[in-house]
Amino acid sequence: MTLDITGLKVTIGGKEILRGVDLSLEAGRVHGLAGESGSGKTMTGLAVLGLLPHGARVSGGISLGGRDLLALSPKELNQVRGGEVAMVFQDPATSLHPMLTIGRQLTEHMRHHLRLGKAEAKARAVDLLTKVRIPGAEEAYGRFPHQFSGGMRQRIAIAVALACSPKVLIADEPTTALDVTVQAGVLRLLRGLCDELGLAVLLVTHDLGVMSAVADEVSVMKDGLVVETGPRARVLREPSHPYTRALLDSLPDHQEPAQDGTGRDEPGEGER
Amino acid sequence: MTQPNTLLSVNDLVIEHRSPGRPVVRAVAGASLTVNPGEVVGLVGESGCGKSTLARAVCGINPVTEGSILFEGTPVTPLGLRRRTLTGIQMVFQDPYASLNPRRRVGDQIADGLRTARDTTSDPADLLERVGLPRDFAGRHPHEFSGGQRQRIAIARALAARPRLLIGDEPISALDASAQAQVATLMRDLAVGSGAGLLFISHDLSVVRLIADRIAVMYLGKIVEVGDTAEVWARPRHPYTRALLQAIPKPDGGGVLPAELPGDVPDPANPPAGCRFHPRCPVAMDVCRVKEPAFGPVACWLHEPA
Repeated sequence: MTLDITGLKVTIGGKEILRGVDLSLEAGRVHGLAGESGSGKTMTGLAVLGLLPHGARVSGGISLGGRDLLALSPKELNQVRGGEVAMVFQDPATSLHPMLTIGRQLTEHMRHHLRLGKAEAKARAVDLLTKVRIPGAEEAYGRFPHQFSGGMRQRIAIAVALACSPKVLIADEPTTALDVTVQAGVLRLLRGLCDELGLAVLLVTHDLGVMSAVADEVSVMKDGLVVETGPRARVLREPSHPYTRALLDSLPDHQEPAQDGTGRDEPGEGER
Repeated sequence: MTQPNTLLSVNDLVIEHRSPGRPVVRAVAGASLTVNPGEVVGLVGESGCGKSTLARAVCGINPVTEGSILFEGTPVTPLGLRRRTLTGIQMVFQDPYASLNPRRRVGDQIADGLRTARDTTSDPADLLERVGLPRDFAGRHPHEFSGGQRQRIAIARALAARPRLLIGDEPISALDASAQAQVATLMRDLAVGSGAGLLFISHDLSVVRLIADRIAVMYLGKIVEVGDTAEVWARPRHPYTRALLQAIPKPDGGGVLPAELPGDVPDPANPPAGCRFHPRCPVAMDVCRVKEPAFGPVACWLHEPA
């Protein structure tokens, strides 16, 4: 089962945010989507889930196993969203509900999508918490998000996303809010789950290091267009597009310490 | 121990956060650090290790429980309601969306800094130029700028007061990846160019490596390793520093998953006995569980000074 995005265009308030994005996700593979903020990475992810901001106009095609997600009615889309396609957001401190227990947040959509009973849902939730390596899964079930650290919260958010056995997982900057040591753990978990469950993962990140660690395919976006797609090793070692080259060169590893740093901000952002 | 040319010296600093109904949290538990004029010191560590508390104490925002902070030989006084006489230390905060006043023009905010330094000759626009922004931005409001531009404005405001010590508390973590390295090098160039010291706090080791002369690694309120940047990077000695460096994913296209450091940072209200790092340390020995290594520059029993 794959997800194919073809010629996706999104316009918000007369401004073209995406200008024809083509991507395809394969089961058991991690597809990395890189680019600066404002390049349309997140919008691409949100479009797949039909979560675009109010008033956005979408054209093109997003097909999941032969069905065009853009043509579905809101009711049908609700079946897909959270069921077949799930999302992990950037900041686990805000993506989890602070006043509901972990258990509530893990079982609510399970009971809705999979029509499980209370006991079944709980058993499954505890399984999931074990799978994402939360220590003491049984006790964690009744706790609240604030009782966990950032890394644990992101693991819980991943468990929430995986609860209904999705086929496609969209991870929008899942490790940006985390420390490097914690990030390593979450990346290992994501990669492991992808291999084990045969998930098709779209990993949106600006960190090319993260990309290099987990992604199989890499796409680079700029101004609402995918400028380069290819296997990880080729894109990161021999980029064919000058923009990818520039992104790689801007990394601290590629710069000499204490050089002249008076360059301007990237143009086009807030320069009005 | 304080050398005559030391700009800032932090000696055995302890800072406790007290809140009613909760155990006392030792955010900083005996940290020592020096910054010399014209030197860039990078302070790194995981979140919750006390980096920001240390920085805020140096500015006088957090009261000191024990130990001392000397700036040019005189103790740093806590920030009060009165007009501050100690303007030689200036800080650039983490979030430029919150640290600039949204209702005032950026030129006016930079002029505040100039007034602090009793500088009547400079124009706010000069400072904007120094941080690489056009002169006519002075008449605009903060909301008109991107994160990177705002952080440059915050840096301009801090520099306007002619600091002898500039402190950056995670000044780049709220910025885009593409702007991070630029803003960090800009801070370095401007601080060093004006002969000031820079204490740069970040959890991003690759950026700290780019700009710092010396690196101090902090873990759970203590500084566990201090050394020259190149030395620490090439030959990290403390197991924690090693773990931190190994956790950085490299953008080489190799598909190598970074090494994971098991466990979480322990609760600073209830630190483990002995060496603070021993529950997560891959090479912990018996002595580590009992006795805390209270020496430098590498606080680890593997590197005990003879």
